Amino acid sequence: MAVAEVQASPQAAQQTTWHGIVLQSLKRNDISLVPYVPDRVLTTLIQNLHADPFFTTFPAAREEEAVGIVSGAWMGGRRAAVLMQTSGFATLANVLASLVVPSQIPLIMFVSERGTLGEFNYGQSLVCRTMRPVLDSLAMEHHTCTRLDEFEFIVDRSIKQALTTQAPVALILSPLLTGGKTFDK
Amino acid sequence: MNSTPARNTKVMNRFDLTSRLIAKLKHEEAVVGGIGNTNFDLWAAGHRPQNFYMLGSMGLAFPIALGVALAQPNRRVFALEGDGSLLMQLGSLSTIATLAPKNLTMIVMDNGVYQITGAQPTPASSVADLVAIAIASGLGNSTWAADEEDFERLIDQSMSTAGPTLIGVRIDDKPGVGTTRRDPVQIRERFMHGLGVREPL
Repeated sequence: MAVAEVQASPQAAQQTTWHGIVLQSLKRNDISLVPYVPDRVLTTLIQNLHADPFFTTFPAAREEEAVGIVSGAWMGGRRAAVLMQTSGFATLANVLASLVVPSQIPLIMFVSERGTLGEFNYGQSLVCRTMRPVLDSLAMEHHTCTRLDEFEFIVDRSIKQALTTQAPVALILSPLLTGGKTFDK
Repeated sequence: MNSTPARNTKVMNRFDLTSRLIAKLKHEEAVVGGIGNTNFDLWAAGHRPQNFYMLGSMGLAFPIALGVALAQPNRRVFALEGDGSLLMQLGSLSTIATLAPKNLTMIVMDNGVYQITGAQPTPASSVADLVAIAIASGLGNSTWAADEEDFERLIDQSMSTAGPTLIGVRIDDKPGVGTTRRDPVQIRERFMHGLGVREPL
């Protein structure tokens, strides 16, 4: 009994943590290529993606570069997603407006949200305020994910909608979901 | 002041080199053409469904080609990029070196200027060596082509090399010969048909 519980626990953790839901939803939707520019909040997700042979996951030097890579991969028939933080999203307006949106590429982005709900760096909070206006100006689908109980629904449905409508989506991971980055020094 | 490092390389022409590349392609190889003159000359060299023409997102020809190469490891992928464009994404050279796709050949068309905006010199034009930067980024198989014949030899060689290849070519300051039809959805869709990812409606 105790042994069974221990063995089951990693899988249970995958179902009940936000990062476990992301990993399982990517897999279920056959998204196997995941370039990223890291963020403290994304650490466990990135580690688990590296540990799972289903995924090809690697750091890119810039978020824009990662968007180029996944755009090429999708045109070549391989599904992909990008992980980044808010300040990385702020570098993307050009590639979204000149490649992703006009070419109808189903770019799937997970953006760890910094700059709100306890931000300690004024610059980060200003960068964060540029994100949703950019998304809205291009009429891009985006959701701010705050609750674990609805997270799998949002992630799975948003991935499927992006792929079937050939339109990009940004899933913003709120500190309410992830705990965010805290000022500890 | 002209402190351009001496190079034993002929100044060639973008359209001529692009045409030489296209003439060699017999196996539905993918070709990604960077923004501006680079894809204009790719268009002028003869449209193929396996060509992708970039209408924006300056600097992303190599990252897009890397994505195609990772998606289709059995297809040879070529990427054509200008020197000014590459300067915007030098970090991608390290990403490509780390992933080391066997099926990717990158060509840098280096005229030292932003030809399309009025031929202003790039910040690198008189001081930097893009092939040396590529080598230092981890792409050991990076070479300047001495002349047209050498370019063709390097292309042939890249098709059987067990890692990514980068070929630098010095080119003149002539504008592109053609003009790509700026229809991003058709360009993307035709490319996907050309790569066998989907069928036309």
